[in-house]
Amino acid sequence: MYPAQFDYRRAGSVDEALGLLQEHEDAKLMAGGHSLIPMMKLRLAQPPVVIDIGRLDELKGISEAGGGVRVGALTTHADIAASDILAASCPVLAEAAGHIGDAQVRNRGTIGGNIAHADPGSDLPPVLVLLGASVHLQSPSGARSVAAADFFQDLLMTDVGEDEILTHVDVPAQSAGAGAAYLKFEHPASGYAVVGAAASVTVQHGRCTAAGLVIGGVGAVPTAVDVSSLVGADLSDDAIATAASGLDTEDPLGDIFASGDYRVHVGKVYGKRALAAARDRA
Amino acid sequence: MAGVLGTSIKRREDPALITGRGKYTDDLLVEGMAHAAIVRSPYAHARIRGIDTSAAKTYPGVVAVLTARDVAAAGIPGMVPVGWLLPDLKTPAHPMIAADTVRHVGDAVAVVVAEDRYVARDAAERVAVDYEPLDAVADVVAALEDGAPTVHDDAPGNVAFDWEIGEKDPVDAAFAQAAHTVELDLRNNRLIPHAIEPRAALASYDSSTGVMTIHMTSQNPHVHRLLMTLASLGMPEHKVRIVAPEVGGGFGSKIHHYADEAIVGLCSLKLDRPVKWTATRTETNLTDAHGRDHSTHCAMAFDGDGRITGLRVDTKAAMGAYLSTFAPAVPTYLYGTLMSGQYDIPAIHCHVTGVFTHTAPVDAYRGAGRPEATFVVERLMHLAGEATGLGPIEVRKRNFVPADAFPYQTQVALAYDSGNYGPAMDRALEMIGYDDLCREQASRRGNGNGRRQMGIGFSSYIEACGLAPSAVVGSLGAQAGQWESADVRVHPTGSVTVYTGSSSHGQGHETTFSQIVADRLGVAPEAVEVIHGDTDLVQFGMGTYGSRSAAVGGSAIAGSVDKIIEKGKKIAAHLLEAAAEDLEYEDGSFRVAGSPDRALGLGDVALQAYLAHNYPDDLEPGLSATTFYDPANFTYPFGTHVCVVEVDTETGSIELLRYTAVDDVGNVINPMIVDGQLHGGLAQGIGQALWENAVYDDSGQLVSGSLMDYALPKIHNLIQFELDRTTTPCPHNPLGVKGVGEAGAIASPPAVVNAVVDALKPFGVTHIDMPLTPEKVWRAVNAD
Repeated sequence: MYPAQFDYRRAGSVDEALGLLQEHEDAKLMAGGHSLIPMMKLRLAQPPVVIDIGRLDELKGISEAGGGVRVGALTTHADIAASDILAASCPVLAEAAGHIGDAQVRNRGTIGGNIAHADPGSDLPPVLVLLGASVHLQSPSGARSVAAADFFQDLLMTDVGEDEILTHVDVPAQSAGAGAAYLKFEHPASGYAVVGAAASVTVQHGRCTAAGLVIGGVGAVPTAVDVSSLVGADLSDDAIATAASGLDTEDPLGDIFASGDYRVHVGKVYGKRALAAARDRA
Repeated sequence: MAGVLGTSIKRREDPALITGRGKYTDDLLVEGMAHAAIVRSPYAHARIRGIDTSAAKTYPGVVAVLTARDVAAAGIPGMVPVGWLLPDLKTPAHPMIAADTVRHVGDAVAVVVAEDRYVARDAAERVAVDYEPLDAVADVVAALEDGAPTVHDDAPGNVAFDWEIGEKDPVDAAFAQAAHTVELDLRNNRLIPHAIEPRAALASYDSSTGVMTIHMTSQNPHVHRLLMTLASLGMPEHKVRIVAPEVGGGFGSKIHHYADEAIVGLCSLKLDRPVKWTATRTETNLTDAHGRDHSTHCAMAFDGDGRITGLRVDTKAAMGAYLSTFAPAVPTYLYGTLMSGQYDIPAIHCHVTGVFTHTAPVDAYRGAGRPEATFVVERLMHLAGEATGLGPIEVRKRNFVPADAFPYQTQVALAYDSGNYGPAMDRALEMIGYDDLCREQASRRGNGNGRRQMGIGFSSYIEACGLAPSAVVGSLGAQAGQWESADVRVHPTGSVTVYTGSSSHGQGHETTFSQIVADRLGVAPEAVEVIHGDTDLVQFGMGTYGSRSAAVGGSAIAGSVDKIIEKGKKIAAHLLEAAAEDLEYEDGSFRVAGSPDRALGLGDVALQAYLAHNYPDDLEPGLSATTFYDPANFTYPFGTHVCVVEVDTETGSIELLRYTAVDDVGNVINPMIVDGQLHGGLAQGIGQALWENAVYDDSGQLVSGSLMDYALPKIHNLIQFELDRTTTPCPHNPLGVKGVGEAGAIASPPAVVNAVVDALKPFGVTHIDMPLTPEKVWRAVNAD
């Protein structure tokens, strides 16, 4: 549990952090340190320089912005889980954050670090994809945003460029008549999601007008399930089960706890249950 | 002091431990201390063609790099010993640093000593070992197949031993005439102990005195000293001091003599400076002796009345790559001897093959053989309840050894001294509300085999604690005695210090042993200090394992207190001008019987014992006594546990709904500590049943080597346990105590599995191997 030698630099501003990134090849950014440090302790990661951005207050906090919610990259899972703003306008994100790790992890871990690490068993990615969130990145040459669905590219791989810092995530507010839910099938050892099912259903005037389902843990990146058959439908348990059974992953993940076949099965079951919970909240 | 024994006084150990002031081995800092990192084999089986240490030796901050050559050059025996021998046991050499062949991932090949532990670890990566990988076998069944890779050339077919107990012919006859039979093939899953404090050692050799002091994570410091003297370091016993400071759990894993602590000793000897090593969690998982890992075929025969007529058990037990300290005893004398359980079984035969595999060694882990035996017996009894139509309760009750049959001689060597099994089961049934549960279960089953099924599982277990007596265990192969010592010293002012050979590694000995003295000697528990864990302070001791501390260590203390009272009576009689036989001792005072005003307090007598100014001519001064207590027999705790689960048949997930345990551990010294032991044991036993699993792949890599993959039970996985006790005191020790350290881990795995199998009865499921992961359960539900 002793990391290899590395240099530590603490950035005082986003600009300084961007400069340090330019300056040090193969440097790693550290926010809460809850993904990077364990990898360094096991010597699976041996960055020559760690740039600590954990104290950049400009990247912290939750605020209402442009009809949605802006979540700073350094906002902790605990703050997300307890946010009044999110509870009012996007409760499913808070719900998912409350499932991450344990209290100590939630107190240190951040949304930016979490999604930049992009563990396939992470709780936040399927929810962000479900919500149509956008991820904002800053580089010396400017800022850009990318849709969550495009942000997660492969196992532990994202759209963050070598010279970029993830600054914040914008989440659209939940529309009237919408209900959403996140259900987690937890790995008994790691606490990560074997399957994490994020679902939303919008009901207006007694009719389903929109539905979404994204499953985490089964594939390398969050897997969206086509549940458009529910739009206009009666949202019966049978209709929901049929829609959720559309989960299709070519090459599902597997480990000694849960095989790929089993994960797909649980993904369908949890997808169904998440949709039903979303319906009941709509 | 009356009212101390049997009282939940708070653990005096806790304030320091909870506030971080406890000193564990890794907390110790010594002037001039260097740090060791051990280079370990990444292969399960390989030949070492060469080791190039040059890059590591020249790495800045490195003090030395040692290999097997340095062990040989030091002129020490350099071997890791085995402390229990069986007839025809193969005992292949286990060098403390591998010289030419590595036999499991984690086998030590070199050690780097550096000025700090980070440098040591960096340099360890620069030791270049040229390995020629060889075929490996990690599975206990595969290791016995023809053509399997050989772990040791001097153990053909990978057989370490072939052992049996009981009579085969009567068992065969019982099966030939049986009205009902049940049988089962099962795997008892391999477990990794996971003490919260990893193993650690700080060796300090003083060349001016020739004394080697090793502070280390030890459950039995004197045993470690003895084994290091005889086998590894080879230093004279009087020149070695082993100290166990605070020890953060062990569960058996800190009984054994590992290579690592001797390697650290060699480093200090060679460099003449203190050297510390603390295992990483990865290292403990790769090298701590694992537990269980059996493959078993078992069967039970019954007559038409549902009475057991025979039990047949055939087990293949993994030993791992080398024989760990007490490994051969665990699947034999701690397993085969328990096969009678709580039942009157007229014919038993148990055959065990010990098997070498290219894995970490397997040795005692909480329960050590007894959980494995209980699992066999109690799973078969569950099946028997179905096969005989008697159900799980009646089939057990019908076969319990009757209360008036004690002492009861089993067919597998043990003679149970006492027991009363029916009341414990009745109390468990009452607490769990069995009839209501059955109605609830029927309603769920009637409801079209709905998604949430409920199951109720029983486990009526027997335990044998406090391995004894020494002459018997010696005849069975133990290379150590199984007594315990206590030196109790009453100081001139009447306060007391106890020196016990039963060293604590978290159990609360300082609290409970002070309660024993307080009760028997009539002093306040606060007036009693308990010293343990240091070979220079304590006379000798066998240590803490096998739930022996209260029954054996506590009895030794009681013996010394009794001797002190006897001597004190002589002193008091002299002072009071009375006859010693007329004196009574009560509440800390010596009184002349019938003359309550003629009395002296313990302090008055103690003071005279040390002044010896006014003193009997024929008595030595001083007021202390040493006892080496060798028990007449094991003790035999027992009880019935009931587990209630809900199984989500759609996903295979299991939810614990209730867990009731009624245990009979004899007289109780501190109910809170007994409850705590049960809670911990239950967590580990439920952990084995539902989550824990050490998994090696076909090449011998440990794929569950970190806590990301090895699932320990966490508090949110568990429920509030419902505990109660019956009390059947042990008839052969002075305290009537029996032991409780392992009961929870022994009883609970079959209770949980029986509950899950009961829940899945409508799906035709009769067995699932542990751990009962959701996927396994789901596949069992959906099997054709």
